[in-house]
Amino acid sequence: MIAIVDYGLNNVRSVANALCRLRVEHIIASEPTPLRQADGIILPGVGAFSAGMRALRAAGLDIALREAAAQEVPVLGICLGMQMLAAGSEEARDGAPGLGILHHRAVKLPPEVKVPHVGWNRVHIIRSKCLFSDLGEAPYMYFTHSYFLPAAGGESDLAVTEYGTTFVSALREGSLWGVQFHPEKSGHDGRQLLRNFVQLAGRGGQ
Amino acid sequence: MLPKRIIPCLDVADGRVVKGVKFAGLRDAGDPQELAAVYSEAGADELVFLDISATVQKRRTMLQWVAGVAAEVSIPLTVGGGIESPAHVRDILRSGADKVSINTAAVRDPALIDSAAAEFGRQCIVVAIDARRLDSAGELSWEVRTHGGSQSADMDALEWAERAVELGAGELLVTSVDRDGTTSGYDVELIAELHERVPVPIIASGGAGGPEDMLAAFEAGADAALAASIFHYGDWSVRGVKEFLSDAGVEVRL
Repeated sequence: MIAIVDYGLNNVRSVANALCRLRVEHIIASEPTPLRQADGIILPGVGAFSAGMRALRAAGLDIALREAAAQEVPVLGICLGMQMLAAGSEEARDGAPGLGILHHRAVKLPPEVKVPHVGWNRVHIIRSKCLFSDLGEAPYMYFTHSYFLPAAGGESDLAVTEYGTTFVSALREGSLWGVQFHPEKSGHDGRQLLRNFVQLAGRGGQ
Repeated sequence: MLPKRIIPCLDVADGRVVKGVKFAGLRDAGDPQELAAVYSEAGADELVFLDISATVQKRRTMLQWVAGVAAEVSIPLTVGGGIESPAHVRDILRSGADKVSINTAAVRDPALIDSAAAEFGRQCIVVAIDARRLDSAGELSWEVRTHGGSQSADMDALEWAERAVELGAGELLVTSVDRDGTTSGYDVELIAELHERVPVPIIASGGAGGPEDMLAAFEAGADAALAASIFHYGDWSVRGVKEFLSDAGVEVRL
């Protein structure tokens, strides 16, 4: 069972639709209990960082996500969902911290390029983990974001994308996976990535 | 450089896709869900749905077909038409849309852009601008039109574009009212002017007759090209358009 975290502002529907098309059993979780029983958790994201964090905290989902991470339940953060796993973001004018499970801090894309970064861009896979099974070397995925996580330069960087700068478009830290693009909106290749995540969650994260 | 996006636009009235010329004379062009699936499979990069019959009473119907389309396709969906409040934005996003397009309501109440962007993030707020060319004494300018192109907002389109971006528009969907449905080409001068002025992606709309018009729009600075008639009536396939552009040296996702 995959739990999709619903904090009221995000695009849970898109992710649920994608799992429906894959015929994957899932539950939309707006409170902590279902997260404790899930084989894998997807934290989707669209929206503003502070508002997202506020909504997660109000529902007690922040604590449940930290618990899940501590218990090494596979978690896939998508876009803002990945950024909220990090320590914080420049976007949070009120200084609201992130979940702090990742050490990264989201920063704004450089002004030399049009921001937000909207459209299909190449995801250059540098460490071909199981999340990228059957996806070639540089699939196109759909992006829509203004902030990004800088590459950490270590094992955790799985893929990078070029847009005004080189940023980490997929990462892994233990049982946590994050993608800056939207697999639920990236056609066939996105569908394959979600299938890969569901399969690795079914295997206990391996 | 990002690949240029090709976006079929589906105007919906009472739950059916329609298309008119210069915002009038509507013809039936099919079922939203079916057309969405066809375009998605054909390689469309995104889809835009505009409910041109949207009223408060019809909001529920709108949410239903949005949910139906979203269940069907795995590419980004933008939905517009009669969106007047952050609550309505939320309902549409929760039905499965990825972005909303706000037009008349933003002109009437620009603060709507700001509040919707603050709550949902600017990447999902598309401000649609319907622009009409004014050519007085050789001085080229464009005025903003509202209510489906029928009324003048008495505002300069370029200034409005800049203001909308300052307020939080993540993209601009710029439709030439003069060209809409005519297949006589986009208003490339309008696109070029906007490209100089605003730092967000520009979706060119209104007038596409074929891929050569899209090429001209991209050369003028558009990031995406939107078209309806040429796709709905089978003059061009999305793939055909993309192959033409690719041969012409434009990066597209094939």
